[in-house]
Amino acid sequence: MVRSVSAGETAPTTYAWAVHAQQLRVRAGRRMAVDGLDLALGEGVHGLLGPNGAGKTTLMRALATVLRPAGGTLSVLGQRVNGRLDLRRLRQQIGYLPQDFGFYRRFRVREFVEYIAWLKQMPARDVPGAVQRAIDRVGLTDRAEHRMRTLSGGMRRRVGVAQAIVNDPRVLLLDEPTAGLDPDQRLQFRALLRELAADTCVLVATHLVEDVAAACTDVVLLDEGRLVFQGVPADLAAAAGGDGPGDSPTERGYSELMRRHREGLA
Amino acid sequence: MSTGKPAPGHVPARLLEQYAAGSPDGALVDVWWAVEAHLESCGSCRDRLAAAVARCAPATASLVERAWAGLAEQVTGGPEAAARRGWRPGRTVRWAAPPVLPRLAATVLVVLAAVGLDLVNQAGTGRFPSLVLLLAPVAPLLAVAAAWSRGLDPAHEVVVASPRAGLDLVLRRAVAVLAVVIPVLAVAGWLVGASPAGWLLPCLALTAGALALGGLVGLHRAATGLGLAWIAVVAGPSLVVGRTPVLLDPAAVAVWAPATVAVTVLVVVRRGAYTAFPSGR
Repeated sequence: MVRSVSAGETAPTTYAWAVHAQQLRVRAGRRMAVDGLDLALGEGVHGLLGPNGAGKTTLMRALATVLRPAGGTLSVLGQRVNGRLDLRRLRQQIGYLPQDFGFYRRFRVREFVEYIAWLKQMPARDVPGAVQRAIDRVGLTDRAEHRMRTLSGGMRRRVGVAQAIVNDPRVLLLDEPTAGLDPDQRLQFRALLRELAADTCVLVATHLVEDVAAACTDVVLLDEGRLVFQGVPADLAAAAGGDGPGDSPTERGYSELMRRHREGLA
Repeated sequence: MSTGKPAPGHVPARLLEQYAAGSPDGALVDVWWAVEAHLESCGSCRDRLAAAVARCAPATASLVERAWAGLAEQVTGGPEAAARRGWRPGRTVRWAAPPVLPRLAATVLVVLAAVGLDLVNQAGTGRFPSLVLLLAPVAPLLAVAAAWSRGLDPAHEVVVASPRAGLDLVLRRAVAVLAVVIPVLAVAGWLVGASPAGWLLPCLALTAGALALGGLVGLHRAATGLGLAWIAVVAGPSLVVGRTPVLLDPAAVAVWAPATVAVTVLVVVRRGAYTAFPSGR
């Protein structure tokens, strides 16, 4: 299904980076989970890697305008995220799959995505087509009329991706999107990511290093709320000395960079 | 459609007839080009062309007939849209949030239980004040608490990150709760003889109060706190003493009316509280 493109969408942007953070600090509860992060992301698929507690989810929530930055500056789509920002305009251009994605068990898949489309203030005229397109893109066409509670974990995750992309966001934030997907669905999901990369800034937080190597145009490595490394997946693989722990060049590169970073800190 | 003189800017009838008959009749190719370009974007001229074909070009008309006869079965025999069966949330969820529904059901049950106790009380000693009247002001709070709560709404994280997040969404959900609870209370009050004059304004004031306080400490916490405070300070003591509290006397409207207005103004003034950075609450 072809979607009509408005003049606003093809207009040149007036900002250099879709996401730009300088010395960003974000609090998660009492802890400063993101602490002095410098990051610039343009269009493409950016894989966000890091150990547990590195601040990935907190960064995602700050980008989704759910958490207020505690310090530094954060710009999303050229707009400074602070107390004075018109959040509604910005939120219309963001797609967000939270890590703990909750849903209404009694809803059918289509109804749930329709409800999210309504929450995203999409014009009523565009909703049915956009919802169908989002459901098709995550491969749930034959499940569209099933109730959410009857779906498997991987399918629920895909509904989460569908609700995130239904408004054709310019910034798409996916927190652990591949959790619970079988190998076949992961391949399908990577194809979707590559398709989206053309005109969207996609940030994928994940634990799966191989997902990053296969589908991302850019890797961002985070530890203790700081940037450890940013570069193309090949650079990550090249960082491996050859004898580090890990089963693939990317995994070896990941552990090597983490080791060097921690030694540098010590 | 009339075949008379068309409005300026449309294809003249004579030209359309020639086009339908397929006889260029000396006209230049660019004329037909212009006619076709216009037909593509003009429904009324296509309509007139259909009439002209039927009138002047029986061969073309019968060709179209035959082609349609061949296609009709496939066109009309396609899969039909699946009939929508059962309950569809559709428009209702735009008002009543799904997490509110179980709480609404619980509220109705509590009111029914209060009616039962009141009837028993009236049949017996009659020395306790009406339980329906005592609970009516806080009855909506149980469901209002669920309208904007991370703990009670599984999709809360997605909802607060959406552009519609804000006071108007919270208000929609609160209004949906009131639209159910107030009629239920009215019927219950009629059964036990508790006049709406006593409880309606306190009910609205406390709901608005929860919304105003919720902008500061979170709606769930605010509604729970107000509800418990009411039970501890007003309802409980009045049951112990065995007298209807002055706050629920119809004359107390002099207190409740300005309170309702003030709290409502506060909610509107602080409307940004539900939009901006909802976390931590």
